Amino acid sequence: MARGAVLTGTYFMNGDEACCEGALAAGCRFFAAYPITPATEVAERMSERLPEVGGIFIQMEDELASMAAILGASWGGTKAMTSTSGPGFSLMLENIGLGLCTETPCVVCNVQRAGPSTGLPTLVGQADMMQARWGAHGHYEAIAVSPSSPQEMFDFTVWAFNLSEQYRLPVIILADEVVGHMTERVVIPLADDIEVVDRKKPKVPPGKYLPYHPDPDGVAPMATAGEGYRVHVSGLTHDERGYPVMNEVAQEEMIDRLVQKVRRNVDRIIRYDTFLMDDAELAVVAYGISVRSAKRAAAEARKRGIKAGVVKLNTIWPFPEDMIRDLAGRVRALIMPEINYGQMVLELERCAAGLCPVRLVPHAGGAIIQPERILAALEVAAKETA
Amino acid sequence: MTAKRRKAASPHPHDALLRTDRIPHIWCSGCGVGTVFGSVLTAIQKSGLPPDDIAMVSGIGCTGRMAGYLNLDSFHTTHGRAIPFATGLKLARPQTSVLVASGDGDLFAIGGNHFIHAARRNMDLTIICVNNFNYGMTGGQMAPSTPFGAKTTTSRIGNCEEPFNFCSLAAECGAVYVARWTSLHIRWITDSICEAMQKKGFSFVEILAPCATNFGKRNRIGGAVELAKFFHERSVIRNHIDPKEAVLDFNKHLVVGKFVDIDRPTFMDNYELINRREMENWPGLEGKKLRPAAPVQG
Repeated sequence: MARGAVLTGTYFMNGDEACCEGALAAGCRFFAAYPITPATEVAERMSERLPEVGGIFIQMEDELASMAAILGASWGGTKAMTSTSGPGFSLMLENIGLGLCTETPCVVCNVQRAGPSTGLPTLVGQADMMQARWGAHGHYEAIAVSPSSPQEMFDFTVWAFNLSEQYRLPVIILADEVVGHMTERVVIPLADDIEVVDRKKPKVPPGKYLPYHPDPDGVAPMATAGEGYRVHVSGLTHDERGYPVMNEVAQEEMIDRLVQKVRRNVDRIIRYDTFLMDDAELAVVAYGISVRSAKRAAAEARKRGIKAGVVKLNTIWPFPEDMIRDLAGRVRALIMPEINYGQMVLELERCAAGLCPVRLVPHAGGAIIQPERILAALEVAAKETA
Repeated sequence: MTAKRRKAASPHPHDALLRTDRIPHIWCSGCGVGTVFGSVLTAIQKSGLPPDDIAMVSGIGCTGRMAGYLNLDSFHTTHGRAIPFATGLKLARPQTSVLVASGDGDLFAIGGNHFIHAARRNMDLTIICVNNFNYGMTGGQMAPSTPFGAKTTTSRIGNCEEPFNFCSLAAECGAVYVARWTSLHIRWITDSICEAMQKKGFSFVEILAPCATNFGKRNRIGGAVELAKFFHERSVIRNHIDPKEAVLDFNKHLVVGKFVDIDRPTFMDNYELINRREMENWPGLEGKKLRPAAPVQG
């Protein structure tokens, strides 16, 4: 029996499947992807679910095509998503760049595995963090979110769609293999209780419409194919009409728009959570699956008399600069566990700006970070800053 | 900034379909792209389709600039990715007639994989390929269409590779409509694009076009006039032959014509059938692939 788009109820579901349900609840009706571990389950479930809700699933010939197809679908007026992992994400960057340049709303879920290259296809990594920020050539601002549980795979996928529709850009979900494959309780709310944002549409007639003229919030309303606005969409540097203009003035105007629409709205975009932070003297700043190791470590540290807490980064990009700067002035040290050899810790150091020591708990990938390693780092930091 | 319209004394019949505020265009004098573009505009007018239900997607290169001059919903995408972008657009808005206009390098080198798979799926797209036998935009490098032995800036002594026969490739991969003309065959090009737009499924129209700036000069065929003469003298029309036989031999004949015009269910036809559970069970389907297309609802 065909099911609806919002499967309200409580489920035992893995993260990839929850991501799929989140997309459908957010209004996604087009999905194009290429199979890749550990993101395949998103595509598998989408292939079954989308036809049930009148949507389109297509398995493309590669990730270049998948990314191009979701951009085309978004300009066809549909909310669209793709899912992948490291090697596929590398291929998608070409058209993520096109999506950024043409301000095309869509969602890319990267269920990270360990790399580089083919790496460890079935095992966890968190090493595409900087790639999500700077991977496409040229200068731009990116939005990326990082879920830590199957429930958040649902919630954050809805949120990612809302961000992409609101700010007109491809939003990256930086999930990871463990979050994608872990099966947990997932609660899907009533459709009415799910906040869904749709792209702004032009309020002026076709002759008056400038497709890249931003509103005061920095974002331009978006007319799509068939609405009579006869849009021209180009990956070349373009003016507010969307027409290619090859000079530095047009370039500055366009880059400024791409950057400011995110920078001006950071307070509305950035989200984080805190645990045991009220009286914390040491803060573990973590994201994705590593948050769960961090929470355990902080709880253990408390038992040993160390006042530790956890700051969980829900938004990775834009990075919460002000929050970290403020935090660095209040705690004795910052500790960041991540399943790479030091990526987001560079941002942490930059924002802490020497106000307190910053310590990295690195892991090359293939397994989660054991809480004991974070606990050890907390003990060292406690001793050093006593 | 608002779009300023230049007022001509007597408007050209194509003006309504042109972003006249973007003219003059970037194409070289003597180039074949403009002729093909003119045929595209005539075909669009003849199609009788509502203008808002037509869109053009192009990739990168000289022909890739077509989308930028067309006053319809138009998309200038990344190099080689016009077809997958068009696939997403078509599936998201099936009532749109989607034209893909691009060059031989864009469609068959960097975009070759997308071409063959879209043909296999019988994606309902009209592909217009302007084949100028080299990469014009970047100054005349060899392409998958460059004839064996021909000189380009990356094959200065002569091309040591054999080119594709695009029409044969399209037919082999499942295209339902395949035709080839030279840019001199203006009425045939227009007719073929009209037919291709009416056709449900993956249609392919190749147009051999002079690149006077690069290919003609470097291979001592000459400039625009000499290239036109060359195409005029060498091209022969052989309709309905096996596209495998439709060879491009610069020393003898350039075979043109309409080679394929068949019917087969499109991606959307079969997608709807299978999701309504109306498709027979596999393997009972074997040998039934050419069933007439089912009517699409909505």
